[in-house]
Amino acid sequence: MQAAALLEIRNIEKRFGGLTALAGVSLVINRKEIYGLIGPNGAGKTTLFNVLTGLYVPDRGQFEFDGASLVGLKPYRVAEYGIARTFQNIRLFGNMTAIENVMVGRHVRTHAGAISAILRTRRAREEEAAIRRRSRELLGYVGISEHAGALSRNLSYGDQRRLEIARALATEPKLLALDEPAAGMNATETVELRRLLEKIRADGVTILLIEHDVKLVMGLCDRVAVLDYGRKIAEGEPAMVQKDAEVIRAYLGGSLP
Amino acid sequence: MKTWIELSERVRAHRAAPWLGIALIVVTLFMLPFALASVGTAWVRITNLAILFALLSLGLNIVVGFAGLLDLGYIAFYAVGAYCYALLASPHFGLHLPFWVILPIGAAVACIFGVLLGAPTLKLRGDYLAIVTLGFGEIVRIFLNNLSQPINITNGPQGITLIDPFRIGRVDFSRTDGILGLAFSGPVKYYYLLLIVLVLAIVINLRLQHSRIGRAWVAIREDEVAAQAMGINTRNVKLLAFAMGAGFGGVAGGIFAATQGFISPESFVFVESIMVLSMVVLGGMGNVWGVVLGAILLSFVPEILRYTVEPAQKAMFGRLLIEPEVIRMLLFGLALVLMMLYRPAGLWPSKRRAREFAETDPG
Repeated sequence: MQAAALLEIRNIEKRFGGLTALAGVSLVINRKEIYGLIGPNGAGKTTLFNVLTGLYVPDRGQFEFDGASLVGLKPYRVAEYGIARTFQNIRLFGNMTAIENVMVGRHVRTHAGAISAILRTRRAREEEAAIRRRSRELLGYVGISEHAGALSRNLSYGDQRRLEIARALATEPKLLALDEPAAGMNATETVELRRLLEKIRADGVTILLIEHDVKLVMGLCDRVAVLDYGRKIAEGEPAMVQKDAEVIRAYLGGSLP
Repeated sequence: MKTWIELSERVRAHRAAPWLGIALIVVTLFMLPFALASVGTAWVRITNLAILFALLSLGLNIVVGFAGLLDLGYIAFYAVGAYCYALLASPHFGLHLPFWVILPIGAAVACIFGVLLGAPTLKLRGDYLAIVTLGFGEIVRIFLNNLSQPINITNGPQGITLIDPFRIGRVDFSRTDGILGLAFSGPVKYYYLLLIVLVLAIVINLRLQHSRIGRAWVAIREDEVAAQAMGINTRNVKLLAFAMGAGFGGVAGGIFAATQGFISPESFVFVESIMVLSMVVLGGMGNVWGVVLGAILLSFVPEILRYTVEPAQKAMFGRLLIEPEVIRMLLFGLALVLMMLYRPAGLWPSKRRAREFAETDPG
């Protein structure tokens, strides 16, 4: 019997010099949930992402992912455990083609080393073929098959975002953490993105989402947490959170008459 | 004329055409040392040295071209390989192990040195990495220079002499054998051996490039943070690049020691590191064929100049105005400046590197 919670974050604190980016954030993400993380700029959302994916070591606090504590692990270990992410300012391998980018994502689930590559053993060849096959599938899954051979930096903005998702999915994550995937997308692209995320969830991947597009968050997320100055000020179903007085204050400043 | 074109097209379209091409290349490479020897035995030696440099360039290409780690002390691994061979196959310690035992040892020891250099420099990038690797190269050379006391290991600046040549069965690589009326001199035998090693090195380079590991190297070069987030253990993959590159240097060093019969720390100075790096950059970082081309050009052109500059000056002015050595360095510098201006990605760059250098272009 699996626990309902996939990720449990307890009292995470992160300071940069005098600035407290996260002041004791706790939250629980359940399996197969789409969990939204919103808040004004500088609220600490991306910092929390970086802590979860091993880029930052938190000053205090714990988090457990699928029953294992991942605090202090290197990013590549976190990826092994099954957290994959995208970046707010897209970080693709620009001079690699779209399919090569996804193939890099398969690295963590494949094994061929230098020796078997040099000897080109049967196993290495089969693995390489499987990597290519799976990567092609994933490009189709996110809907950019036709750009497989294009350099990732020449793709349109929306396609780059999709490619980043495909690359993250290639690592076979249990949790997919997306940092503002709809940023810079037009309305049609956002609708398509929403469909894609619903499909990913339907296929059994839990999604953690930072997003500013309120419509997308409200329509897509099962639950939402609001961060402000490194604190969680509200959590719950999107419609509830939307009415929360403190949330409104955080976004609009001051109190409403 | 027309029939000639038709004929060549028909040949090219034939199923056996690739094999014919390979056969032609093999025959040419086989006959090359005899053609060179007819000009002068020195040219066979120069060719061997060019192949050695091609080996070194292929090794450095893994570190610089694939993984994007600037290494200015690469010649240290060449030195390690050479001294391994010299110490295990010379009267210095009285050891005379066969070469097929020593070359793997030399490669392994060089790999260890590669990891020793790589481990402390993992967090360094660009300029800082270059400075540390430069220092590493010098440290190795200075050690070789001074390890004659208190126990005489390297024999200091005098170097090690009377190093054994390669022997396969009764075939001694320092003597001339006559087979089928052809005289196979020592350098000619080394040439064939080097050619085989070079082909192996090229195959290894190509296979690594198009493998899971090769992709990981490129990913690290492109964006280390993203590569880590995608599950690449950047530490191990970088160390692997250092170790593999160093291994090539170790093997090349061993063969170098055997062909020369004598080595001293003077052969492994900083300029040699720069030379190998120039070959990689000039030929085309990241492209195996470009790197080999760079090594061959930079090995041969100076030698050709050495033999032509003096007679040319004598013919024109009746006396020697500028020393050949000076002209060589002048032309070398000029060539590098022109390259950086007009073909910054190298003579024969990898597609990916060419794109990187074109990055500033709009679109």
